Amino acid sequence: MKIDAIRQREQLTGWLLVIPAFLVLLLIYAYPIARSFWLSVFTQNLGTQLKPVFSGFHNYARMAFDGRFWETMMHTAEFSIASVVLELLLGLGIALVLNQSFRGRGVVRTITILPWALPTAVMGVAWAWIFNDRYGVINDLLARLGLIRSEINWLGEPMLAMLAIIAADIWKTTPFISILLLAGLQSIPADLYEAHAIDGANPWQSFRQITLPLLMPQVLIAVLFRFAQAFGIFDLIAVMTGGGPAGSTETVSIYIYATVMRYLDFGYGAALVVVTFLLLVLAVALASFFLSKLRAQASGAE
Amino acid sequence: MAQTNLTSLPASPGLKFRSIILGFAIVLIVAFFLGPILWQLLTSIKVNQAIAAVPTVYIPQLNQLTLKHYQDLFVRRPFLSYIFNSALVSITSTVLALGLGAPAAYALARLRIWGEGFILASILIFTLFPYILLFLGLLEVVKVLGLGNNYLALIVPYTAINLPLTILVMRSFFQQLPPDLEDAAKVDGYSIGQMLVRIVLPMTMPALVTTGILAFIFAWNEFLFALTFITREPMKTIPVAVAQLGGASTFEIPYGPIAAATVLGTLPLVLLVLFFQRQIVQGLTAGAVKG
Repeated sequence: MKIDAIRQREQLTGWLLVIPAFLVLLLIYAYPIARSFWLSVFTQNLGTQLKPVFSGFHNYARMAFDGRFWETMMHTAEFSIASVVLELLLGLGIALVLNQSFRGRGVVRTITILPWALPTAVMGVAWAWIFNDRYGVINDLLARLGLIRSEINWLGEPMLAMLAIIAADIWKTTPFISILLLAGLQSIPADLYEAHAIDGANPWQSFRQITLPLLMPQVLIAVLFRFAQAFGIFDLIAVMTGGGPAGSTETVSIYIYATVMRYLDFGYGAALVVVTFLLLVLAVALASFFLSKLRAQASGAE
Repeated sequence: MAQTNLTSLPASPGLKFRSIILGFAIVLIVAFFLGPILWQLLTSIKVNQAIAAVPTVYIPQLNQLTLKHYQDLFVRRPFLSYIFNSALVSITSTVLALGLGAPAAYALARLRIWGEGFILASILIFTLFPYILLFLGLLEVVKVLGLGNNYLALIVPYTAINLPLTILVMRSFFQQLPPDLEDAAKVDGYSIGQMLVRIVLPMTMPALVTTGILAFIFAWNEFLFALTFITREPMKTIPVAVAQLGGASTFEIPYGPIAAATVLGTLPLVLLVLFFQRQIVQGLTAGAVKG
């Protein structure tokens, strides 16, 4: 009897502690998504005087034939894949360097974290200045090295603008991946390498056969986080190009924002939110499936 | 550590070659990450002629230096208000996130409660949501409640976006805390509430600082909600204000003041990183890896 009462008290206290935070989370995360699902089967735009009119799956049918939507999806995919892959390679390289012992390692590590902590929108402004066609430092350096003869209009050409944005994103978020991977590297026991070296393995073989497999869980977590963020990239592009030139850097986020805030098309905007959400859930589900498989493998191998 | 096997390589020419490569890599890393920040700093103290000079001026003369761009920010624009707004919403939402998140994390780490798995799973999934998915629904909420141009329209969402991280980091901290002290407190007749405030909270301070720094950074840097829910100039936060400095006139873009604004707007964060880099690394890895 007494035990039961204590258990009940614990339940009650536990819930009292959790409920306030959980309610705030539901209000800010769950409600807006649920609301978007609901709104997506209504037409609510200037044509309906901004009043919601039920229209079934009209918004989704419209999306299927909306060329601009498919283009933004392509840009989002290009940006996400390119930036995550490059950041992963670079982040791994930096983590390997920071895992060596050298004088001033603490200072270098601090510098490596810095970009991650700074506001993306503010640093987007800084990168736009760096890529400025007339006074930008990139063009000046390239000219001094004799690599270009006339100014390159980085943010004014479709392909180049995308490259510039990816470069800025690499600068901004590679630190995050490096931090995660460095923690992973430091958790690999040194005697594994020693035993391997005694067996006659060279550093490259150790890297392939010890470092990479044991680092895999961290790699996957980093990729999962970064992919979700890259998929929803907004501030960097809004500040650097606004989606231009000629829509060539417009990602899904920029398109959703324009649909809602500029064209005041709430129903269609909601449908865009729903589809983006479902695609993200699908990607995350796949990634976590592989993650759990890898974890099972890793614990089985030990 | 991994370096032991590499440094114990017998061949000394290889060792020298390796340290040259390492040094080269370190220089590249530092230049890449520090370069853009230093470039803003340099631009912000150059006079306009030096900023617009072609070829670019890397080492300005004394008469090419000025602090006028910084002065402009405060004289011509309400930059002090921007800083105040950012500080207000960031600090308030950080305190709220800690106040709501830490108790929840304790319950999830220590007490057996119904629905725990579900709550944790939803928190993990929430961390992956881009803000663009939330802004349409939140815009409606803000409109219905009449919260446009109200600090609450930022404070509440910022609290929420920091809750998942707070709960995950604090939960992993509580799990590492030895339960003996709490058991002793229970034997002494403390209720769970009393025990939390008198015994657990003092020991939790370092973890709260770690989490608080991360929450502050995320709140200070948020752009989308601040752009959408706040439109009155003197109420804007730093990221929005700096991003919109350029749009003021299409004929002459004020590169100097923009650079000065990026320097001032990032300064609090640079200081945080300098003083708390260890905590930031700990918090990030605890939030991501152990979560």
